[in-house]
Amino acid sequence: MIRVRNLSKSFGPVIAVNDVSFDVEAGEIFAFLGPNGAGKTTTIKMLTTLLKPSDGAIELDGLNPLTHQNEARKRFGIVFQDPSLDGDLTAWENMEIHGVLYHVPHKVRRHRSEELLRIFELWDRRNDQVKKFSGGMKRRLEIARGFLHTPRILFLDEPTLGLDPQSRNQLWTYVKKVNEAENVTVFLTTHYMDEADRVAHRIGVIDHGKLVAQGTPRAIKEETGAESLEEAFLALTGSTIRDETASSKDQLRQFAQMWQKGGRR
Amino acid sequence: MSAIYILWLRELKRYTRSRAQIVASLGQPLLYLLVLGFGLGPVFQRAGNGSYFQFIAPGVVGMSVLFSSIFSGLGILWDRQFGFLKETMVAPVPRIQIMIGRTLGGSTVAVMQGLLVTLVCVLAGFRPVNYFTLPLALGFMVLIALLFAALGMAIGSGLEDMQGFQLIMNFLVMPIYFLSGALFPLSDQKLPMRIATGIDPLSYGIDGMRTFLLGRTVFGAFTDLLVMAVVGSILMVFGAWRFTKIEI
Repeated sequence: MIRVRNLSKSFGPVIAVNDVSFDVEAGEIFAFLGPNGAGKTTTIKMLTTLLKPSDGAIELDGLNPLTHQNEARKRFGIVFQDPSLDGDLTAWENMEIHGVLYHVPHKVRRHRSEELLRIFELWDRRNDQVKKFSGGMKRRLEIARGFLHTPRILFLDEPTLGLDPQSRNQLWTYVKKVNEAENVTVFLTTHYMDEADRVAHRIGVIDHGKLVAQGTPRAIKEETGAESLEEAFLALTGSTIRDETASSKDQLRQFAQMWQKGGRR
Repeated sequence: MSAIYILWLRELKRYTRSRAQIVASLGQPLLYLLVLGFGLGPVFQRAGNGSYFQFIAPGVVGMSVLFSSIFSGLGILWDRQFGFLKETMVAPVPRIQIMIGRTLGGSTVAVMQGLLVTLVCVLAGFRPVNYFTLPLALGFMVLIALLFAALGMAIGSGLEDMQGFQLIMNFLVMPIYFLSGALFPLSDQKLPMRIATGIDPLSYGIDGMRTFLLGRTVFGAFTDLLVMAVVGSILMVFGAWRFTKIEI
Protein backbone atom coordinates (compact mmCIF):
# COMPACT_ATOMS: atom_id res chain seq x y z
CA MET A 1 0.00 0.00 0.00
CA ILE A 2 2.88 2.34 0.85
CA ARG A 3 6.16 1.81 -0.92
CA VAL A 4 9.14 4.00 -0.14
CA ARG A 5 12.48 3.65 -1.88
CA ASN A 6 15.69 5.51 -1.01
CA LEU A 7 13.74 8.50 0.22
CA SER A 8 15.81 11.54 1.19
CA LYS A 9 15.03 15.09 2.18
CA SER A 10 17.50 17.80 2.98
CA PHE A 11 16.87 21.37 4.09
CA GLY A 12 20.01 23.17 2.99
CA PRO A 13 22.91 21.42 4.73
CA VAL A 14 20.64 19.54 7.14
CA ILE A 15 19.66 16.04 6.04
CA ALA A 16 16.34 15.30 7.72
CA VAL A 17 15.63 11.99 6.02
CA ASN A 18 18.48 9.93 4.62
CA ASP A 19 17.98 7.08 2.17
CA VAL A 20 14.95 5.48 3.82
CA SER A 21 13.21 2.46 2.26
CA PHE A 22 10.26 0.47 3.59
CA ASP A 23 6.97 -1.11 2.60
CA VAL A 24 3.63 -1.10 4.35
CA GLU A 25 1.18 -3.77 3.25
CA ALA A 26 -2.52 -3.14 2.78
CA GLY A 27 -4.42 -3.53 6.03
CA GLU A 28 -1.31 -3.28 8.13
CA ILE A 29 -0.74 -1.02 11.15
CA PHE A 30 2.80 0.32 10.85
CA ALA A 31 4.37 2.32 13.65
CA PHE A 32 7.17 4.69 12.81
CA LEU A 33 9.22 5.37 15.90
CA GLY A 34 12.12 7.65 16.58
CA PRO A 35 13.42 10.32 18.95
CA ASN A 36 12.55 13.98 18.44
CA GLY A 37 13.93 15.37 15.21
CA ALA A 38 14.63 11.92 13.78
CA GLY A 39 12.69 12.64 10.59
CA LYS A 40 9.29 11.12 11.34
CA THR A 41 7.20 14.16 10.58
CA THR A 42 9.27 15.06 7.53
CA THR A 43 8.65 11.56 6.18
CA ILE A 44 4.91 11.89 6.78
CA LYS A 45 4.90 15.29 5.10
CA MET A 46 6.53 13.79 2.02
CA LEU A 47 4.11 10.88 2.00
CA THR A 48 1.16 13.27 2.23
CA THR A 49 2.24 15.64 -0.59
CA LEU A 50 3.09 18.53 1.74
CA LEU A 51 6.80 18.36 0.97
CA LYS A 52 8.69 17.35 -2.13
CA PRO A 53 11.37 14.69 -1.56
CA SER A 54 14.94 15.66 -2.45
CA ASP A 55 15.51 12.16 -3.73
CA GLY A 56 13.91 8.74 -3.89
CA ALA A 57 10.51 7.35 -4.82
CA ILE A 58 7.15 7.02 -3.07
CA GLU A 59 4.12 5.00 -4.06
CA LEU A 60 0.76 5.24 -2.34
CA ASP A 61 -1.63 2.55 -3.48
CA GLY A 62 0.39 2.33 -6.69
CA LEU A 63 0.28 6.09 -7.26
CA ASN A 64 3.15 8.55 -7.27
CA PRO A 65 2.04 11.42 -5.03
CA LEU A 66 4.25 13.82 -6.96
CA THR A 67 2.60 13.28 -10.32
CA HIS A 68 -0.89 12.27 -9.16
CA GLN A 69 -1.35 14.61 -6.23
CA ASN A 70 -5.11 14.67 -6.15
CA GLU A 71 -5.59 10.98 -6.75
CA ALA A 72 -3.10 10.24 -3.98
CA ARG A 73 -4.76 12.72 -1.61
CA LYS A 74 -8.08 10.97 -2.08
CA ARG A 75 -6.50 7.77 -0.77
CA PHE A 76 -5.35 9.02 2.63
CA GLY A 77 -6.47 10.79 5.77
CA ILE A 78 -4.15 12.43 8.24
CA VAL A 79 -4.13 13.57 11.83
CA PHE A 80 -1.34 16.09 12.18
CA GLN A 81 1.05 16.37 15.05
CA ASP A 82 0.30 20.06 15.57
CA PRO A 83 -3.10 21.74 15.44
CA SER A 84 -4.86 22.20 12.11
CA LEU A 85 -8.32 23.35 13.16
CA ASP A 86 -9.97 26.68 12.48
CA GLY A 87 -10.47 28.19 15.93
CA ASP A 88 -13.05 30.72 14.79
CA LEU A 89 -15.37 28.01 13.55
CA THR A 90 -17.36 25.58 15.66
CA ALA A 91 -16.55 21.91 16.02
CA TRP A 92 -19.43 21.07 13.71
CA GLU A 93 -18.29 23.55 11.06
CA ASN A 94 -14.77 22.15 11.17
CA MET A 95 -16.22 18.71 10.48
CA GLU A 96 -18.39 20.16 7.70
CA ILE A 97 -15.47 21.81 5.90
CA HIS A 98 -13.47 18.61 6.11
CA GLY A 99 -16.38 16.58 4.77
CA VAL A 100 -16.88 18.92 1.84
CA LEU A 101 -13.18 19.05 1.01
CA TYR A 102 -13.07 15.25 1.00
CA HIS A 103 -16.24 14.89 -1.09
CA VAL A 104 -18.19 13.04 1.59
CA PRO A 105 -21.87 13.07 0.49
CA HIS A 106 -24.12 15.32 2.56
CA LYS A 107 -26.09 12.59 4.35
CA VAL A 108 -23.09 10.43 5.15
CA ARG A 109 -21.31 13.54 6.36
CA ARG A 110 -24.00 14.45 8.86
CA HIS A 111 -24.39 10.91 10.05
CA ARG A 112 -20.71 10.20 10.50
CA SER A 113 -19.97 13.60 12.04
CA GLU A 114 -22.57 12.96 14.69
CA GLU A 115 -21.32 9.43 15.32
CA LEU A 116 -17.70 10.56 15.63
CA LEU A 117 -18.43 13.59 17.78
CA ARG A 118 -20.35 11.31 20.13
CA ILE A 119 -17.57 8.72 20.26
CA PHE A 120 -15.01 11.38 21.12
CA GLU A 121 -17.46 13.09 23.50
CA LEU A 122 -17.68 16.42 21.77
CA TRP A 123 -21.30 16.24 20.67
CA ASP A 124 -22.56 18.55 23.43
CA ARG A 125 -20.00 21.15 22.47
CA ARG A 126 -20.47 20.90 18.71
CA ASN A 127 -21.74 24.46 18.37
CA ASP A 128 -18.94 26.04 20.36
CA GLN A 129 -16.05 27.77 18.68
CA VAL A 130 -12.98 25.58 18.72
CA LYS A 131 -10.79 28.30 20.24
CA LYS A 132 -12.76 27.85 23.46
CA PHE A 133 -11.81 24.16 23.63
CA SER A 134 -9.14 22.72 25.92
CA GLY A 135 -6.04 21.16 24.39
CA GLY A 136 -7.39 17.65 24.83
CA MET A 137 -10.72 18.50 23.24
CA LYS A 138 -9.02 20.04 20.22
CA ARG A 139 -6.92 16.94 19.86
CA ARG A 140 -10.02 14.76 20.00
CA LEU A 141 -11.73 16.86 17.40
CA GLU A 142 -8.75 16.56 15.08
CA ILE A 143 -8.85 12.82 15.42
CA ALA A 144 -12.62 12.64 14.91
CA ARG A 145 -12.20 14.77 11.80
CA GLY A 146 -9.48 12.49 10.46
CA PHE A 147 -11.93 9.57 10.54
CA LEU A 148 -14.75 11.46 8.81
CA HIS A 149 -14.00 10.21 5.33
CA THR A 150 -12.98 6.59 5.07
CA PRO A 151 -9.46 6.69 3.70
CA ARG A 152 -7.49 3.72 2.40
CA ILE A 153 -4.46 4.88 4.35
CA LEU A 154 -4.58 6.73 7.63
CA PHE A 155 -1.58 8.76 8.80
CA LEU A 156 -1.48 9.49 12.51
CA ASP A 157 1.38 11.76 13.53
CA GLU A 158 1.69 11.46 17.32
CA PRO A 159 -2.07 11.36 17.70
CA THR A 160 -2.05 10.69 21.44
CA LEU A 161 0.11 13.67 22.36
CA GLY A 162 -1.63 15.44 25.23
CA LEU A 163 -4.51 13.00 25.52
CA ASP A 164 -5.69 11.45 28.76
CA PRO A 165 -5.66 7.63 29.07
CA GLN A 166 -9.41 7.46 28.45
CA SER A 167 -9.21 9.29 25.13
CA ARG A 168 -6.11 7.34 24.17
CA ASN A 169 -7.89 4.12 24.78
CA GLN A 170 -10.89 5.33 22.79
CA LEU A 171 -8.61 6.32 19.93
CA TRP A 172 -6.76 3.04 19.66
CA THR A 173 -9.96 1.04 19.94
CA TYR A 174 -11.35 3.04 17.05
CA VAL A 175 -8.16 2.72 15.01
CA LYS A 176 -8.23 -1.05 15.45
CA LYS A 177 -11.89 -1.13 14.55
CA VAL A 178 -11.51 0.70 11.24
CA ASN A 179 -8.37 -1.26 10.52
CA GLU A 180 -10.18 -4.56 10.94
CA ALA A 181 -13.64 -3.67 9.66
CA GLU A 182 -12.66 -1.48 6.71
CA ASN A 183 -9.14 -2.77 6.09
CA VAL A 184 -7.65 0.71 6.49
CA THR A 185 -3.87 0.78 6.40
CA VAL A 186 -2.52 2.79 9.32
CA PHE A 187 0.82 4.58 9.44
CA LEU A 188 1.46 6.10 12.82
CA THR A 189 4.16 7.74 14.88
CA THR A 190 4.21 7.90 18.65
CA HIS A 191 6.53 8.36 21.58
CA TYR A 192 4.61 5.87 23.71
CA MET A 193 6.30 2.53 23.13
CA ASP A 194 3.61 0.54 24.89
CA GLU A 195 1.04 1.85 22.42
CA ALA A 196 3.17 0.89 19.46
CA ASP A 197 3.74 -2.53 21.00
CA ARG A 198 0.02 -2.98 21.51
CA VAL A 199 -1.42 -1.82 18.18
CA ALA A 200 1.29 -2.05 15.55
CA HIS A 201 1.77 -5.10 13.37
CA ARG A 202 5.16 -3.88 12.30
CA ILE A 203 7.54 -1.18 13.43
CA GLY A 204 10.21 0.93 11.82
CA VAL A 205 12.74 2.78 13.95
CA ILE A 206 14.27 5.93 12.51
CA ASP A 207 17.17 7.86 13.99
CA HIS A 208 19.11 10.79 12.54
CA GLY A 209 17.12 10.39 9.34
CA LYS A 210 18.13 6.76 8.84
CA LEU A 211 15.99 3.70 9.29
CA VAL A 212 17.89 1.65 11.90
CA ALA A 213 15.50 -1.29 12.32
CA GLN A 214 12.23 -2.64 11.05
CA GLY A 215 10.12 -5.69 11.76
CA THR A 216 7.42 -6.94 14.10
CA PRO A 217 7.62 -5.63 17.68
CA ARG A 218 8.66 -9.10 18.72
CA ALA A 219 11.43 -9.39 16.14
CA ILE A 220 12.81 -6.01 17.19
CA LYS A 221 12.83 -7.01 20.84
CA GLU A 222 14.55 -10.28 20.00
CA GLU A 223 17.06 -8.57 17.76
CA THR A 224 18.18 -6.28 20.58
CA GLY A 225 17.67 -8.82 23.34
CA ALA A 226 15.38 -6.42 25.17
CA GLU A 227 12.46 -7.19 27.44
CA SER A 228 10.25 -4.33 26.35
CA LEU A 229 9.97 -2.23 23.23
CA GLU A 230 11.11 0.78 25.22
CA GLU A 231 14.38 -0.97 26.07
CA ALA A 232 14.80 -2.05 22.50
CA PHE A 233 14.18 1.50 21.33
CA LEU A 234 16.82 2.90 23.68
CA ALA A 235 19.26 0.19 22.64
CA LEU A 236 18.75 1.19 19.00
CA THR A 237 18.76 4.95 19.33
CA GLY A 238 20.98 5.54 22.39
CA SER A 239 20.01 7.58 25.40
CA THR A 240 21.14 11.08 24.49
CA ILE A 241 18.39 13.67 24.43
CA ARG A 242 17.79 15.35 21.09
CA ASP A 243 17.15 19.01 20.60
CA GLU A 244 15.11 20.24 17.74
CA THR A 245 15.98 23.69 16.54
CA ALA A 246 13.10 26.08 16.94
CA SER A 247 12.19 27.71 13.66
CA SER A 248 10.75 31.16 13.33
CA LYS A 249 7.42 29.42 12.84
CA ASP A 250 7.57 27.88 16.30
CA GLN A 251 8.45 31.23 17.78
CA LEU A 252 5.52 32.88 16.10
CA ARG A 253 3.25 30.10 17.22
CA GLN A 254 4.34 30.72 20.78
CA PHE A 255 3.75 34.40 20.30
CA ALA A 256 0.33 33.75 18.83
CA GLN A 257 -0.61 31.53 21.74
CA MET A 258 0.50 34.16 24.19
CA TRP A 259 -1.51 36.71 22.35
CA GLN A 260 -4.58 34.54 22.35
CA LYS A 261 -4.32 33.94 26.06
CA GLY A 262 -3.86 37.68 26.51
CA GLY A 263 -7.57 37.95 25.86
CA ARG A 264 -7.81 39.42 22.40
CA ARG A 265 -10.11 36.64 21.30
CA MET B 1 -17.32 23.78 -6.78
CA SER B 2 -18.50 22.91 -3.29
CA ALA B 3 -14.93 23.35 -2.04
CA ILE B 4 -14.86 26.90 -3.39
CA TYR B 5 -18.20 27.59 -1.75
CA ILE B 6 -17.29 26.21 1.66
CA LEU B 7 -14.02 28.17 1.77
CA TRP B 8 -15.83 31.32 0.68
CA LEU B 9 -18.37 30.74 3.43
CA ARG B 10 -15.57 30.23 5.94
CA GLU B 11 -14.15 33.69 5.23
CA LEU B 12 -17.58 35.22 5.65
CA LYS B 13 -18.25 33.44 8.92
CA ARG B 14 -14.91 34.50 10.29
CA TYR B 15 -15.68 38.09 9.35
CA THR B 16 -19.15 38.26 10.83
CA ARG B 17 -17.94 36.61 14.03
CA SER B 18 -15.19 39.10 14.70
CA ARG B 19 -17.42 42.04 15.62
CA ALA B 20 -14.77 43.76 17.68
CA GLN B 21 -12.48 43.63 14.69
CA ILE B 22 -15.13 45.11 12.41
CA VAL B 23 -15.57 48.06 14.73
CA ALA B 24 -11.81 48.43 15.15
CA SER B 25 -11.26 48.46 11.40
CA LEU B 26 -13.62 51.44 11.10
CA GLY B 27 -11.33 53.56 13.26
CA GLN B 28 -8.72 54.41 10.67
CA PRO B 29 -11.12 55.32 7.85
CA LEU B 30 -13.06 57.48 10.28
CA LEU B 31 -9.93 59.37 11.24
CA TYR B 32 -9.05 60.09 7.63
CA LEU B 33 -12.59 60.93 6.73
CA LEU B 34 -13.47 63.20 9.61
CA VAL B 35 -10.14 64.70 10.63
CA LEU B 36 -8.56 65.14 7.21
CA GLY B 37 -11.90 65.51 5.44
CA PHE B 38 -13.06 68.37 7.56
CA GLY B 39 -9.63 69.62 8.67
CA LEU B 40 -8.23 70.20 5.20
CA GLY B 41 -11.62 71.24 3.84
CA PRO B 42 -11.11 75.02 3.93
CA VAL B 43 -7.66 74.85 2.28
CA PHE B 44 -8.95 72.59 -0.48
CA GLN B 45 -11.94 74.85 -1.05
CA ARG B 46 -9.73 77.94 -1.31
CA ALA B 47 -7.60 76.18 -3.91
CA GLY B 48 -10.71 75.90 -6.01
CA ASN B 49 -11.13 72.13 -5.84
CA GLY B 50 -14.55 71.99 -4.22
CA SER B 51 -15.42 70.01 -1.12
CA TYR B 52 -12.52 67.99 0.26
CA PHE B 53 -14.90 65.79 2.21
CA GLN B 54 -16.67 64.80 -0.98
CA PHE B 55 -13.31 64.27 -2.66
CA ILE B 56 -11.77 62.11 0.04
CA ALA B 57 -14.80 59.86 0.71
CA PRO B 58 -14.25 57.51 -2.28
CA GLY B 59 -10.56 57.43 -1.39
CA VAL B 60 -11.29 56.33 2.15
CA VAL B 61 -13.70 53.68 0.90
CA GLY B 62 -10.97 52.49 -1.47
CA MET B 63 -8.53 52.39 1.42
CA SER B 64 -10.71 50.18 3.56
CA VAL B 65 -11.28 47.81 0.63
CA LEU B 66 -7.52 47.75 -0.03
CA PHE B 67 -6.59 46.96 3.60
CA SER B 68 -9.32 44.43 4.07
CA SER B 69 -8.62 42.53 0.86
CA ILE B 70 -4.85 42.49 1.11
CA PHE B 71 -5.05 41.30 4.74
CA SER B 72 -7.43 38.55 3.78
CA GLY B 73 -4.78 37.29 1.39
CA LEU B 74 -2.08 37.64 4.02
CA GLY B 75 -4.40 35.60 6.25
CA ILE B 76 -2.58 32.58 4.84
CA LEU B 77 0.16 33.54 7.27
CA TRP B 78 -2.19 33.04 10.21
CA ASP B 79 -3.62 29.86 8.80
CA ARG B 80 -0.10 28.62 8.41
CA GLN B 81 0.68 29.37 12.05
CA PHE B 82 -2.53 27.97 13.44
CA GLY B 83 -2.27 25.00 11.13
CA PHE B 84 -5.53 25.20 9.20
CA LEU B 85 -3.63 25.71 5.95
CA LYS B 86 -2.29 22.14 6.18
CA GLU B 87 -5.81 20.81 6.44
CA THR B 88 -6.73 22.41 3.11
CA MET B 89 -3.41 21.55 1.49
CA VAL B 90 -3.72 17.79 1.92
CA ALA B 91 -7.36 17.72 0.87
CA PRO B 92 -8.12 16.06 -2.47
CA VAL B 93 -9.14 19.36 -4.02
CA PRO B 94 -7.08 21.12 -6.69
CA ARG B 95 -5.22 23.94 -4.98
CA ILE B 96 -6.49 26.37 -7.55
CA GLN B 97 -10.01 25.82 -6.17
CA ILE B 98 -8.79 26.48 -2.65
CA MET B 99 -7.12 29.65 -3.83
CA ILE B 100 -10.27 30.78 -5.66
CA GLY B 101 -12.49 30.08 -2.65
CA ARG B 102 -10.24 32.03 -0.35
CA THR B 103 -9.80 34.92 -2.76
CA LEU B 104 -13.51 35.24 -3.43
CA GLY B 105 -14.21 35.04 0.29
CA GLY B 106 -11.62 37.69 1.08
CA SER B 107 -12.93 39.96 -1.68
CA THR B 108 -16.52 39.58 -0.49
CA VAL B 109 -15.48 40.54 3.01
CA ALA B 110 -13.54 43.51 1.65
CA VAL B 111 -16.54 44.72 -0.33
CA MET B 112 -18.74 44.39 2.74
CA GLN B 113 -16.22 46.42 4.68
CA GLY B 114 -16.20 48.98 1.86
CA LEU B 115 -19.98 49.24 1.92
CA LEU B 116 -19.89 49.73 5.67
CA VAL B 117 -17.47 52.64 5.26
CA THR B 118 -19.63 54.01 2.44
CA LEU B 119 -22.55 53.99 4.83
CA VAL B 120 -20.49 55.88 7.39
CA CYS B 121 -19.55 58.41 4.68
CA VAL B 122 -23.18 58.92 3.78
CA LEU B 123 -24.11 59.36 7.43
CA ALA B 124 -21.36 61.95 7.76
CA GLY B 125 -22.78 63.89 4.83
CA PHE B 126 -21.35 62.37 1.65
CA ARG B 127 -23.65 62.66 -1.38
CA PRO B 128 -22.87 61.11 -4.77
CA VAL B 129 -23.67 63.37 -7.73
CA ASN B 130 -25.55 60.64 -9.55
CA TYR B 131 -27.46 57.81 -7.91
CA PHE B 132 -27.92 55.83 -11.15
CA THR B 133 -24.21 55.20 -11.58
CA LEU B 134 -23.79 53.82 -8.06
CA PRO B 135 -23.67 50.17 -9.27
CA LEU B 136 -20.74 51.11 -11.52
CA ALA B 137 -18.88 52.55 -8.53
CA LEU B 138 -19.64 49.33 -6.67
CA GLY B 139 -18.20 47.44 -9.62
CA PHE B 140 -14.89 49.25 -9.15
CA MET B 141 -15.00 48.42 -5.46
CA VAL B 142 -15.29 44.74 -6.40
CA LEU B 143 -12.37 45.06 -8.82
CA ILE B 144 -10.19 46.64 -6.14
CA ALA B 145 -11.14 43.86 -3.72
CA LEU B 146 -10.34 41.06 -6.19
CA LEU B 147 -7.08 42.59 -7.35
CA PHE B 148 -5.64 43.13 -3.90
CA ALA B 149 -6.96 39.87 -2.45
CA ALA B 150 -5.00 38.14 -5.22
CA LEU B 151 -1.93 40.25 -4.47
CA GLY B 152 -2.23 39.43 -0.77
CA MET B 153 -2.50 35.76 -1.68
CA ALA B 154 0.61 35.94 -3.85
CA ILE B 155 2.62 37.57 -1.07
CA GLY B 156 1.10 35.55 1.78
CA SER B 157 2.04 32.30 0.06
CA GLY B 158 5.70 33.11 0.57
CA LEU B 159 5.56 34.65 4.03
CA GLU B 160 6.87 32.69 6.98
CA ASP B 161 6.58 35.07 9.92
CA MET B 162 5.49 38.40 11.33
CA GLN B 163 8.64 40.33 10.44
CA GLY B 164 7.76 39.89 6.81
CA PHE B 165 4.28 41.13 7.56
CA GLN B 166 5.53 44.46 8.93
CA LEU B 167 7.74 44.88 5.91
CA ILE B 168 4.79 44.37 3.56
CA MET B 169 2.68 46.78 5.56
CA ASN B 170 5.19 49.63 5.52
CA PHE B 171 6.74 49.18 2.12
CA LEU B 172 3.84 47.96 0.05
CA VAL B 173 0.40 48.54 1.53
CA MET B 174 0.95 52.07 2.82
CA PRO B 175 2.68 53.28 -0.36
CA ILE B 176 -0.11 51.79 -2.47
CA TYR B 177 -2.58 53.75 -0.38
CA PHE B 178 -0.71 57.07 -0.27
CA LEU B 179 0.20 57.03 -3.95
CA SER B 180 -3.29 56.16 -5.11
CA GLY B 181 -4.66 59.68 -5.09
CA ALA B 182 -7.03 58.69 -2.31
CA LEU B 183 -6.02 61.81 -0.41
CA PHE B 184 -5.04 64.32 -3.11
CA PRO B 185 -5.93 65.00 -6.74
CA LEU B 186 -3.64 63.26 -9.24
CA SER B 187 -4.05 65.96 -11.87
CA ASP B 188 -1.35 68.66 -12.19
CA GLN B 189 1.39 66.59 -10.51
CA LYS B 190 5.09 66.75 -11.41
CA LEU B 191 6.55 63.95 -13.52
CA PRO B 192 8.08 61.71 -10.77
CA MET B 193 4.79 61.82 -8.91
CA ARG B 194 2.85 61.14 -12.10
CA ILE B 195 4.94 58.01 -12.70
CA ALA B 196 4.67 56.81 -9.10
CA THR B 197 0.93 57.26 -8.99
CA GLY B 198 0.53 55.91 -12.52
CA ILE B 199 2.02 52.52 -11.68
CA ASP B 200 -0.17 52.13 -8.59
CA PRO B 201 -3.20 50.04 -9.59
CA LEU B 202 -5.27 51.51 -6.77
CA SER B 203 -5.07 54.92 -8.50
CA TYR B 204 -7.23 53.53 -11.28
CA GLY B 205 -9.64 51.84 -8.89
CA ILE B 206 -10.24 55.00 -6.91
CA ASP B 207 -10.36 57.12 -10.05
CA GLY B 208 -13.00 54.74 -11.36
CA MET B 209 -15.06 55.15 -8.20
CA ARG B 210 -14.71 58.93 -8.34
CA THR B 211 -15.85 58.93 -11.95
CA PHE B 212 -19.17 57.46 -10.98
CA LEU B 213 -19.60 59.01 -7.55
CA LEU B 214 -18.36 62.53 -8.19
CA GLY B 215 -18.27 62.86 -11.96
CA ARG B 216 -14.57 63.78 -11.93
CA THR B 217 -11.87 61.63 -13.47
CA VAL B 218 -8.17 61.73 -14.32
CA PHE B 219 -7.63 58.68 -16.50
CA GLY B 220 -11.14 58.14 -17.81
CA ALA B 221 -13.44 55.28 -16.83
CA PHE B 222 -12.41 53.07 -19.74
CA THR B 223 -8.69 53.22 -18.92
CA ASP B 224 -9.55 52.62 -15.26
CA LEU B 225 -11.53 49.51 -16.12
CA LEU B 226 -8.91 48.23 -18.54
CA VAL B 227 -6.01 48.64 -16.10
CA MET B 228 -7.92 47.10 -13.20
CA ALA B 229 -9.07 44.14 -15.27
CA VAL B 230 -5.67 43.42 -16.82
CA VAL B 231 -3.61 43.89 -13.65
CA GLY B 232 -6.24 42.00 -11.66
CA SER B 233 -6.13 39.02 -14.04
CA ILE B 234 -2.34 38.93 -13.99
CA LEU B 235 -2.24 39.01 -10.20
CA MET B 236 -4.92 36.34 -10.03
CA VAL B 237 -2.82 33.98 -12.15
CA PHE B 238 0.34 34.92 -10.27
CA GLY B 239 -1.37 34.41 -6.89
CA ALA B 240 -2.74 31.04 -7.95
CA TRP B 241 0.69 29.96 -9.18
CA ARG B 242 2.36 31.02 -5.94
CA PHE B 243 -0.34 29.33 -3.90
CA THR B 244 0.07 25.99 -5.63
CA LYS B 245 3.79 26.12 -4.89
CA ILE B 246 3.35 26.33 -1.11
CA GLU B 247 5.28 23.74 0.89
CA ILE B 248 4.71 23.38 4.59
